[in-house]
Amino acid sequence: MNILPSMQTIIAETQRRFSMQLSLVDAPRPNEIYLHTATETVPAVCAYFYRKWKARLAGVFGDDARESSKCFHVYYLFAFDTVGGFAIVRTPIAEEKPELTSLTNAVPAVNWQEREIQDWFGLKLIGHPNPRRCALHDDWPDVHPMRKDFDLHTTLPPFTGERHKVREVEGEGVFQVPVGPVHAGIIEPGHFLFSVAGEPVLYLQIRLFYTHKATEKLFEHLPIEHGVRLAESISGDSSFAHATAFCHAIERAANVEAPPRARAIRSVCLELERIYNHIADIGAIATDVAFVVANMHAMRFKETVLCLNERLTGNRLLRGMACIGGVRFDWDAAQLDGLKKAIAELKPEFDSLVALIHDSASTRDRLERTGVLTVETARDLGVVGIAGRASGFNGDLRRDFPHAAYDRVKFSVPLYPDGDVLHRMQVRVDEVQQSFVIIEQIASDFPSGAVRTSVPEIPADRVALGYVEGWRGEIFHWIRTAPGNRLARCKVKDPSLQNWPALSEAILGNIVPDFPVVNKSFNLSYSGTDR
Amino acid sequence: MLNILRKSLATGIVTTAYPQAAPAVSPNARGLPVIDFAKWKDARFAAKVCPTAAIAYEDYHDERTATLDLGKCIFCGLCAEADPAAIRMTPVCELSACSRDELKRVARYKLAGDGTQQSLTEMSGAVATPSGPSVDSFEATGNKLKQRIARVLGRSLHIREVDAGSCNGCEVEINGLNSPVYDIERFGIHFVASPRHADMLLVTGPVTRNMELALRKTYDAMPAPRLVVAVGACGCSGGIFGTNYATVGGVDGVIPVDVYVPGCPPNPHALLHGILLAIGRNGVKPVDD
Repeated sequence: MNILPSMQTIIAETQRRFSMQLSLVDAPRPNEIYLHTATETVPAVCAYFYRKWKARLAGVFGDDARESSKCFHVYYLFAFDTVGGFAIVRTPIAEEKPELTSLTNAVPAVNWQEREIQDWFGLKLIGHPNPRRCALHDDWPDVHPMRKDFDLHTTLPPFTGERHKVREVEGEGVFQVPVGPVHAGIIEPGHFLFSVAGEPVLYLQIRLFYTHKATEKLFEHLPIEHGVRLAESISGDSSFAHATAFCHAIERAANVEAPPRARAIRSVCLELERIYNHIADIGAIATDVAFVVANMHAMRFKETVLCLNERLTGNRLLRGMACIGGVRFDWDAAQLDGLKKAIAELKPEFDSLVALIHDSASTRDRLERTGVLTVETARDLGVVGIAGRASGFNGDLRRDFPHAAYDRVKFSVPLYPDGDVLHRMQVRVDEVQQSFVIIEQIASDFPSGAVRTSVPEIPADRVALGYVEGWRGEIFHWIRTAPGNRLARCKVKDPSLQNWPALSEAILGNIVPDFPVVNKSFNLSYSGTDR
Repeated sequence: MLNILRKSLATGIVTTAYPQAAPAVSPNARGLPVIDFAKWKDARFAAKVCPTAAIAYEDYHDERTATLDLGKCIFCGLCAEADPAAIRMTPVCELSACSRDELKRVARYKLAGDGTQQSLTEMSGAVATPSGPSVDSFEATGNKLKQRIARVLGRSLHIREVDAGSCNGCEVEINGLNSPVYDIERFGIHFVASPRHADMLLVTGPVTRNMELALRKTYDAMPAPRLVVAVGACGCSGGIFGTNYATVGGVDGVIPVDVYVPGCPPNPHALLHGILLAIGRNGVKPVDD
């Protein structure tokens, strides 16, 4: 078994510590190690990983493996950021006793994810502090759509009864402000219920999954090539990141690696996606505190990047570019020159936009110490990505788990302990500047050769983890293959799912009119969460 | 303050001349797939690789009916890769139409013994040409709608956008309409916060089970006359998601739709084209011109 040297000690000591209770199942890839234990032992293993090895639980997900293994499986994905390895703990759940030990009291980060497993697979959570429905709305009948015996095309009875059972805050002068699902701006649907006393927010309940469209189930019904196109539609603003994470998972399952030139193109596209989204967010944050001129410039730059995307990939959102085994289109010398030229032109423009915002004292005044997410809360909730790095989370898959061509470039990862809107914006500013640096490095030494390698048919029951640091944060796609080059399971983990509950914490004590800017500073994907 | 003004003055005007000028898209852009129906030998290659069944066929004895449905197409170009002899991608993005049928091209073939297409026997639907739907059909629909609506909505259109379940790709491009580059306000059109203030509902989909009621309520809250524009492959047809336990498919399954805007996502030019088509203002000069 080929285990990453830095993970060998960890795995060996973990086995010694838990002896018979834990078995090493497999290490299909050196940095992807599967361990097997019973659901009762999971809390102890989790505590051991956190305390002894400073690991973090990056994801929890279910899998209906009754056909092949006569039971459900629940997987716990632990990231060992400092040594660059993943340990995936698998636990069987018998069909006769569909119960799952909850970790939420110890690790609040998995609150929504555990409830999603309960809703989608019908595994009852034991010891969860708030086991209400999360991924299915309250008016849904008693169905578990991710079970294999639930047909994708089931027609469910139309909406009846109560959609949300909310918890009202009571007291003199306290009232509730319901917002959504149809919002005032051009944004995605979700329901927010503010409990306020005067202006300050006392409590915010977030109800999502309005855009749930059976994406994970749909992967099981598509040939894997079509899965790439579906992955592009998980969260449109992260089309390339999600599609690449999906391709990464398939390539790892097939034991092939995309050629160097394809990996370089992937990194460039990931950075272009980061640049256009970050610039749009910076502008939108300025707009939400009434500095509209800055947003107009930002939208102009964003348009420049979208046009560049179109010249490089044929699509403004980089769609249709990703494919299993590499990328679909190679770039000729003119396109590469165009890329270099565009970046050289954007750099000073971007700096002048940042200067414009920094010089505006009234803008700074509105952003500073607004919507603070403390380092402690961010750690408890497992907040990742932009919001994480603005609140002390020192993690970035590009640096800690290099994928695409990130092993070939030097860049820095911003890190701030402040956790306010200003610093979530500053993380974006820093990252855009680093993106320029990354693209320049790759473009100055562009590898030659093919951009696509052939991928053989993958045997059934292989498992693989694909990962990409998208512009929002870490994206995971975990797959289990089925016969005939299809998928038995594709778990999609967008960073938004992890980060939404943090918004409820960051808004506390802030005034309702600041909610838009606080929300925008997180800018989480509804569709990526709801799938 | 001076810096802000200086920067704006130095930037100058960046707004596109569309619709007076053709859309400024890259020649690399993947828009309308053009099929040479007469030379098309085998629809099976393209149908096999099409992720949304936008290209599909049905065989009956020695006859084949092959369909290209732009309402389902996500413009990935895989069909053109699989069958380059008959299919090519063009940058044409003005593809909006007033009915689902106008987005379909249907061809009937006589089959050879090996299952390939021997000869084209019948062709229906708008003929795909690189210049998009014919000018005549444009003007006919435009005039029809103009008579009915233009006088009522005048030259000031208020739009309420509803995401009924999209992946947010369409929202990225719809937001672009408010940028100085596309500047939708130069047409007297703007986005409003409430359906009560809106003349048009711009809906992205697929409509999910969880958004169906909200979409209906939003539509019901609008004053008449009202227009509905379905945006994107998902809004037009359900797209890659189709219909399943969580989605009810295209927007027209829930509320009546006046204009369909194909694309995945449609770019801002395509969106402008669809919105202007709905109020019969294609080819009409902007108000302040």
